[in-house]
Amino acid sequence: MAMTVKTVSRPSRGLLEQIYIWEVVRGLGITFRHFFVNLTRHILALIGLPGKPGAATIQYPDVPAVLGARARTRHRLLRREDGAPRCTSCLLCETICPARCIRITAEESPDVMVEKRAKTFDIDLGMCVFCGHCVEACPVDAIRMDVDFVELASYSRADMILDMDELLKPS
Amino acid sequence: MILLAWTALKVGFALSFGLGLAGLLGWVERKQSAVLQDRIGANRADIFGFRILGLFHPIADALKLISKEDFAASQVRQPFHALAPMISLGCCMLCLAALPFGANFQAWESPVGLVYVLALLGLGAHGVVMAGYASGSNYGLLGGLRGVAQMVAYEVCLAAILAGPMFLYGTLDLAQAVRAQAGLWGMFSQPLAFLLFLVAGMAASKRIPFDLPEGESEIVGYHVEYSGMKFGMFMMSDFIENIVVAGLGTALFLGGWQVPFVHLSGTMGEAAMVASFCAKTCALLFLLMQVRWTLPRLRFDQLLDLGWKNILPLALINFLATVWGVWLWR
Repeated sequence: MAMTVKTVSRPSRGLLEQIYIWEVVRGLGITFRHFFVNLTRHILALIGLPGKPGAATIQYPDVPAVLGARARTRHRLLRREDGAPRCTSCLLCETICPARCIRITAEESPDVMVEKRAKTFDIDLGMCVFCGHCVEACPVDAIRMDVDFVELASYSRADMILDMDELLKPS
Repeated sequence: MILLAWTALKVGFALSFGLGLAGLLGWVERKQSAVLQDRIGANRADIFGFRILGLFHPIADALKLISKEDFAASQVRQPFHALAPMISLGCCMLCLAALPFGANFQAWESPVGLVYVLALLGLGAHGVVMAGYASGSNYGLLGGLRGVAQMVAYEVCLAAILAGPMFLYGTLDLAQAVRAQAGLWGMFSQPLAFLLFLVAGMAASKRIPFDLPEGESEIVGYHVEYSGMKFGMFMMSDFIENIVVAGLGTALFLGGWQVPFVHLSGTMGEAAMVASFCAKTCALLFLLMQVRWTLPRLRFDQLLDLGWKNILPLALINFLATVWGVWLWR
């Protein structure tokens, strides 16, 4: 089988690039342009005039973070109309979870139409990769993920594990 | 008595200009890079809630450096370890004495001002190599050798570059050199020398893109074994070296204290001269810092090639052309 050979010519530099002085001047032009455009924008913002922001920085704890519209963060368990958790403990989410952060133990439900319900439902957010597979897998729409909530932090690994009570509370 | 007070004022001004500006340059560097990279930059240090654009950060840095433990590892060689930052900083600060801030406002008026500055810049290399040697660490030693190779190379270049303009001005006195530029600034009569001076000056003061002796985050430099204020002294001496190079450039190429088309005289004129010199120095510093945020760092062989094989021959050609031109003109 004949191999396909593609000849890539080396990038060549002209005299102007090799002398480098003009290239330095061009580079300085770019940085000076950025500097003065941003400086003007900062000054306009400082004296209260409208305009584009001079920096892309979000001063996060002072200013709330803007998440993407499709960002999904903390999990939430939903309830049925009668208030009981929707989860039927089918373990599909636990099975599909690539990070193996969901632990469910099942018990018998007093409701004969439901048969099975979750006794415990723990999610270790310290291990969760926020892929959303659990939401996709759930056949009874029992688990969803919240939007606009990123303050998932604690001082210990144990505190990162949310149990069923916490998951049933909206964040 | 008045003479003594006047001298003290001149010395005090030169020193506070160097030290004050060196402290401020850290802030300038941060903010300038932040603005041109679409960031905000350090702005969290505050006193009673006032932040004034992060201007308290140099103070916070200095306080941190001073209050930090003066740690020396067991393998360092005393007293060289303690001596090296003093030599570095001392040589740079002594250079400030020769800068001609005004026609009568120069801390040390000397007929060999330029030689004095170049000699002290050369002596500063001792601080670098001593720091590398005294560290007792091979990385520090390599960094020191790198530093001294670079500084020696570029100070030879500096001397060769400045030979041209000094021949043109007919003096080694910095104040006389400024007066000699009354008609035409050095950057117009010696454009090649000005360009080469900017490059060699940046390299001699170890600025990016020539910061191979330090290379804070990438290569281990000569001050690995230094912490606290001793490290701070190396940083200070870098900044002051910068100021000295910018001041030298102002005096030799930007017409020093002169303001174009304005004749300055009297006390107010003297003050205006000092202001003009300082403004030109700051503008040159700003340009040097902008270069820092524009260019990537050179490799070490490229650096030495640039110095020995390109700048030095060009400087010598420039010198010979100047000599020939002056001879023809006479």
